[in-house]
Amino acid sequence: MGVRVRKGATTLSFLAPALIGIAVFFLYPLGSAVYFSFTKFDLLSVPEWVGLDNYRRMADDPFLLQSIRNTLWMVVVFVPVRIIGAIGLSMLLTQLRRGAGFFRTLFYLPALVPPVAATIAFVYLLKPGTGPVNHFLSAIGIEGPLWFNSPAWAKPSLVLLGLWAIGDLMVIFLAAVLGVPSSLYEAASLDGANAWQRFRSITLPTIRPVVLFAAVTGVIYTLQYFDQAAVAGSIASGQATVGGGISSNFGFPEGSTFTYPLWLYTVGFRYSALGYANALAIGLFVVALGVTLILLRRAKAFSGEES
Amino acid sequence: MTAVLDAPSVLTAPPPDRKIKRQRRLAWIAKHSIAIALGVMFVTPVVYLVLLSLMTSDQALTADYWPNSWHPENYIRVFEVTPLPHYLLNTVVYAVSSTVLVLLSSVPAAYALAKLKFRGSNALFLLVICVMMLPPQVVTVPLYLMWANAGLTGSLWPLIIPALFGDAFCIFLLRQFLLTIPSEYLDAARVDGCGEWRTLLRVVLPMARPGIAAAGLFQFFYCWNDYYGPLLYTSENENSWTLSLGLASFHSVHHVDWNLVTAATVLAMAPLIVIFFFAQRAFVQGITLTGFKG
Repeated sequence: MGVRVRKGATTLSFLAPALIGIAVFFLYPLGSAVYFSFTKFDLLSVPEWVGLDNYRRMADDPFLLQSIRNTLWMVVVFVPVRIIGAIGLSMLLTQLRRGAGFFRTLFYLPALVPPVAATIAFVYLLKPGTGPVNHFLSAIGIEGPLWFNSPAWAKPSLVLLGLWAIGDLMVIFLAAVLGVPSSLYEAASLDGANAWQRFRSITLPTIRPVVLFAAVTGVIYTLQYFDQAAVAGSIASGQATVGGGISSNFGFPEGSTFTYPLWLYTVGFRYSALGYANALAIGLFVVALGVTLILLRRAKAFSGEES
Repeated sequence: MTAVLDAPSVLTAPPPDRKIKRQRRLAWIAKHSIAIALGVMFVTPVVYLVLLSLMTSDQALTADYWPNSWHPENYIRVFEVTPLPHYLLNTVVYAVSSTVLVLLSSVPAAYALAKLKFRGSNALFLLVICVMMLPPQVVTVPLYLMWANAGLTGSLWPLIIPALFGDAFCIFLLRQFLLTIPSEYLDAARVDGCGEWRTLLRVVLPMARPGIAAAGLFQFFYCWNDYYGPLLYTSENENSWTLSLGLASFHSVHHVDWNLVTAATVLAMAPLIVIFFFAQRAFVQGITLTGFKG
């Protein structure tokens, strides 16, 4: 008995900081967020119970609708494009006889660039008037779009930015593709399968768990997509970001980069509608939890057994 | 897949050797050309930024991409005419202290989750994954109120203090790594009379060095790049701004001096690229570990 208690105490001593952290910085604020979502208050007032008012307000909030549409667009375009790009790059790397390591580093490097810096770089590169990309396009006779300054092209510009910083995802897929037993390829080659058939019938089925993992983490990443959208909007608009960036230029141009987290932040910290912001947060929580559960149900790797 | 494997292998007569050779060579050229073209596209934005940062401020406003005259002194001026030194200092303080503290608090928890048997360990691990996966915006408002009530908003403390209590991603990554260490080593240490803490310090830590390096690198990079955290907690007080926050608002204050803005941008990414070249292996290993074993 005494030994067991002492063993328990030792285990607890290992876990104590993390347990406190999860309780104080996750469970407690999550509980508060649920409670606050039924109240109305700002930074100066006390929460006042309003029942389901905040959730009813969500139903007819045109900005919320727009931010949901933008975030959905990103989920539907950004996530698959990045996955296809990462698979393509890793397949290319495995095909290279020479310089594979060099090219791997080259393709990976942009992932190291801080998102804020990368976004600034892309706004400059894609500047409609003087940017080198449109300069190049006009030299070959194409009239370039307005990129970050056009409501139709702002989100595709963010996708380009995400493709540029694809390195992390590429490394994950590269490990998966290299893990496919080469005997399978040899057998298929003998059967006369061409490169595309080998990819379709051998590579893709083998790396399917990684594709699922990338899809789920990609959706989660897109649901919290904030930095690049905020910075691109402020900088492309060319106006001051007063007070460190709680900016009226979020979503520029015409709300086309207004993602869900951006709206949440604006509601909470610009309009100080903290009750409503928490209702938006709970909405985000429910969606993100649903997506996470898909992964957990499918994932053996998380349960600790070596597969 | 099985269909392909089970199909009778019909070996057609081999085409003449030279044709195969030519096809292979063409494929080789095509693949490497694509790789080179992509490589150029990946590097161009960085090169463009560097070139822009070496121009005069007048030329930086034009469509030129090659400097008429070279101005490396922009990198000195940006320190003199902007609060860059201050931003840099804040960023280093945040990234270094947070990394050290997160490792100290996360390694024991990861060890317990990987190697100790206790009731509820699976449930705890699931909880860690949920914390890791859920968007930070979900708990933003209550956390902000917590720090505001403590009177700490406007300082770096709300960014650093949580590191004392572990980080979900760091715990996850370290646990995945520690699982790869055979338990026989730990059993041997216990037989020799080591307590669990001594086993961790003397046996596990030396073996877990690559995993700890990867987790530390990720935390450092995360803090260095963090924009949301500093925006939330420090935007009200410019003395606490970090690089990413400073960079994002730089543009407005110095918006004619693009050469300086880009110089600061290059300075923000340079340390990460240097660190990466020294620690490339730990890094790639760490990323692979976060992915899924198929």
